[in-house]
Amino acid sequence: MNAPFLPPRTVAATAEPGCGDVAIRQERGQRAVFCGLTGIVWLHRKIQDAFFLVVGSRTCAHLIQSAAGVMIFAEPRFATAIIDERDLAGIADMNEELDRVVRRLIERRPDIRLLFLVGSCPSEVIKLDLGRAAQRLSTTFSPDVRVLSYSGSGIETTFTQGEDACLAALVPEMPREAPDAAPSLLVAGALADVVEDQFLRLFSELGIANVAFLPARRAGALPAVGPSTTFLLAQPFLTDTAKALEARGAKRLSAPFPLGVEGTTRWLRAAADAWGVPEGRFEAATAPGRARAARALDHHRETLAGKRVFFFPDSQLEVPLARFLSRELGMGLCEVGTPYLHRGHLAEDLALLPDGTDIVEGQSLDAQMDRARAERPDLTVCGLGLANPLEAEGLATKWSIELLFTPIQGYDQAGDLAELFARPLVRRTRLEV
Amino acid sequence: MQLTLWTYEGPPHIGAMRVATAMEGLHYVLHAPQGDTYADLLFTMIERRDARPPVTYTTFQARDLGSDTAEIFKDAAAAAYERFRPQAMIVGASCTAELIQDDPGGLAKALNLPIPVIALELPAYQKKENWGASETFYRLVRGLSGSPSPEPKPEGRRPSCNILGPTALGFRHRDDLDEITGLLERLGIAVNVVAPMGASPADLGRLKDADFNVVLYPEVARAAAQYLQKTFGQPMVETVPIGVGATIRFVEEVAALAGIDPAPVLAGAPSRAPWYSRSVDSTYLTGKRIFIFGDATHAIAAARVAKAELGFRVVGLGTYGREFAREVRAEAALHGIEALISDDYLDVEAAIQAAGPELVLGTQMERHIAKRLGLPCAVISAPVHVQDFPARYSPQMGFEGANVLFDTWVHPLMMGLEEHLLGMFREDPEFNDRAPSHLGGKAPAGAPAPAPPVPEPVTSVTLAGPTAPTWAVEAEKELRKIPFFVRGKARTNTETFARERALPLITVETLYDAKAHFGR
Repeated sequence: MNAPFLPPRTVAATAEPGCGDVAIRQERGQRAVFCGLTGIVWLHRKIQDAFFLVVGSRTCAHLIQSAAGVMIFAEPRFATAIIDERDLAGIADMNEELDRVVRRLIERRPDIRLLFLVGSCPSEVIKLDLGRAAQRLSTTFSPDVRVLSYSGSGIETTFTQGEDACLAALVPEMPREAPDAAPSLLVAGALADVVEDQFLRLFSELGIANVAFLPARRAGALPAVGPSTTFLLAQPFLTDTAKALEARGAKRLSAPFPLGVEGTTRWLRAAADAWGVPEGRFEAATAPGRARAARALDHHRETLAGKRVFFFPDSQLEVPLARFLSRELGMGLCEVGTPYLHRGHLAEDLALLPDGTDIVEGQSLDAQMDRARAERPDLTVCGLGLANPLEAEGLATKWSIELLFTPIQGYDQAGDLAELFARPLVRRTRLEV
Repeated sequence: MQLTLWTYEGPPHIGAMRVATAMEGLHYVLHAPQGDTYADLLFTMIERRDARPPVTYTTFQARDLGSDTAEIFKDAAAAAYERFRPQAMIVGASCTAELIQDDPGGLAKALNLPIPVIALELPAYQKKENWGASETFYRLVRGLSGSPSPEPKPEGRRPSCNILGPTALGFRHRDDLDEITGLLERLGIAVNVVAPMGASPADLGRLKDADFNVVLYPEVARAAAQYLQKTFGQPMVETVPIGVGATIRFVEEVAALAGIDPAPVLAGAPSRAPWYSRSVDSTYLTGKRIFIFGDATHAIAAARVAKAELGFRVVGLGTYGREFAREVRAEAALHGIEALISDDYLDVEAAIQAAGPELVLGTQMERHIAKRLGLPCAVISAPVHVQDFPARYSPQMGFEGANVLFDTWVHPLMMGLEEHLLGMFREDPEFNDRAPSHLGGKAPAGAPAPAPPVPEPVTSVTLAGPTAPTWAVEAEKELRKIPFFVRGKARTNTETFARERALPLITVETLYDAKAHFGR
């Protein structure tokens, strides 16, 4: 991540012959990104009987509340166990305190089946062993509640990495597949339910029947995994999850991420090839989706083509988004900032970027804002904190957190994804004040 | 360790940010991990500020912990000085950096910057946002206001005061400041310095030139004003001018300190609120049961206005600000109730349910609680939401503020005549009390024709408890004849009445006995 400053270097992209090289620069300095706790905001909606208990400070509680925007849930399925001075001074035994808080929580919420203890910066710094606490509490509440732990701390995780840590914590819980299990496909990465259902239909038309998703919608419905499992990543930030799946014997299929027509087609094709789906069947299964998506993208091409986009590092979706915007909508790429990137998982997307694309890994906020001001991009993709200041300087912006809350993957969301970028530009042409 | 679902206040460094962001020419270097940068969006999204807060975060990472986080802090502070060239700097740590004990104050001092650098000690595991704002403002005033000047103030000059307290992200601070500045100007009192909002570190050096200090928000400015009183002998006005009565008292107090006559400013009818309250349509407001929760300043002011200026009955009063618990308890005693001092959102929800109010005056949290309970609500205090920064002028303070209070508290209730008409026409076949309501009830799906009894919003959240008495069919029918906007209350009261008397069955008799018992 924050490696010492290195001179620009070139990574040879290997996935596809004929595609060019991209420069990946590393930058270090002040960052303006969320920590991994933020992932709780979408993960708790996805796993419907899970509860996320952050063990942290008032800052953690305030962050999740602010990132969630509105307090719309009577009792949300997340909370913070706020460490106070009594805990730090050793007056209270922190493990006993944690057990007390968890007991109170489980009494209040008997519907909880899976409880995540989520580590934070303070809990990491004081080396509170949440893994051991989770084991202890799991024994206490077995079989009604399973207790797991992961870290969403800002000293270890950036924004979407929190999802990676959470899913990686689920992998050891997945049942072992039967020794004679038929080949199965696992899609890893939280997707909207509607997108999962669309993909299930597509896989079924391709003749791939044995498909499961991680995370599952319910804690008890985790799919089995083993050497007969092949997996596709649906999100580009799942470094540890992929590692954990591979350790269970599963094999990763290399593909661009399923954003836009091209990304979705190549992603599906990776599975189709692994299953030996005949070309004709693949064509037939994907043609209607490709045609619909192409029509949907046409609506936005006029607005976006030829416009230049600048990415501040945030969601780690930046590389596949840049690929989508440049190849399917004709946008020019200024700087593509990303908090960190996994060169292996992103190889296919990197290979599809135009020659000489300027990728910056890491961040030095003030320097980057200066570069954005100098470039005057037509559209700047950035975090919530920066959007209004950049707008006030005359730069149109798209806040990137929406890319995690909105269904954007697959053929039938390609138009919605383009619309997210087109809307700020269209809005500017409408306003006369 | 405290289990927290939603929090009323952020950590204390957020309070420091509210002060720094309100000021000009001040920069805050905060030793903090990357996630803490979320705080920017409080200012740029909720308050719609057009610039980043003047804050540099060190954003250290786990790998830095083993090596030298102190060096990262020094580099960040030096770079921030070079880039922003502030007149003064505040330095401190967020919760995580507090644990690694790098001493930002000492490190910054070692840099020998050519500007004042003020170190903040904001214990994140004990204190909260408002305390952090108060402490930061106090440290700034202490560090930058200089020493008493030996020369006496020149004769014959206009009396002047400082206005202390308004910050960034404050509930209506922007408009309150406009309103009170205008009021002081009409009185002939010059405003010497407003701080923190709009003040530079150099301006804090001029605080001592004023004759007295106006403390608009005691949560933020009381400590600083006490320091100024002690050091420069400046009296302070702590009457918070929310409501007509308090505004008149405020005018009289500042006029007395300035040695001028308040009569011209108080003449006539400086606010419409008293007449609106006396006009006949407002009769129906009499004795409305109000639950109030917020920061201490706004909660206490709201209780006084509700009682004396709108004729409401305060059935609940509380604050999340423990620092001001004493004042809130004293005010609650005047209403014959016990104050709720808590920052546990679930406690507040339970207290609102138990009090069964007809209107909730609270924060954004209580707005959500009220929505779930199907109760009308108006927001009177931080924590804030993007809606609390309206485009229009909407002060809470001064005479215009009193008009705003009348409108925003009364509009969520049904208007007087409308309420009577609903009562009169309730039996008409056209009348359908399950129509969509602005009070948050659910519209029935499908045809409006006689639907099977749908639980209403209010009753659906009533805590039945294991000992809930049952309703006789006749009594249940009779209950449905009671206007829907008081039906929930009638149900709760009747059940309480029955439970207290250990009546297993609620009959029509019980219903009316309870009505007589609780009748006001």
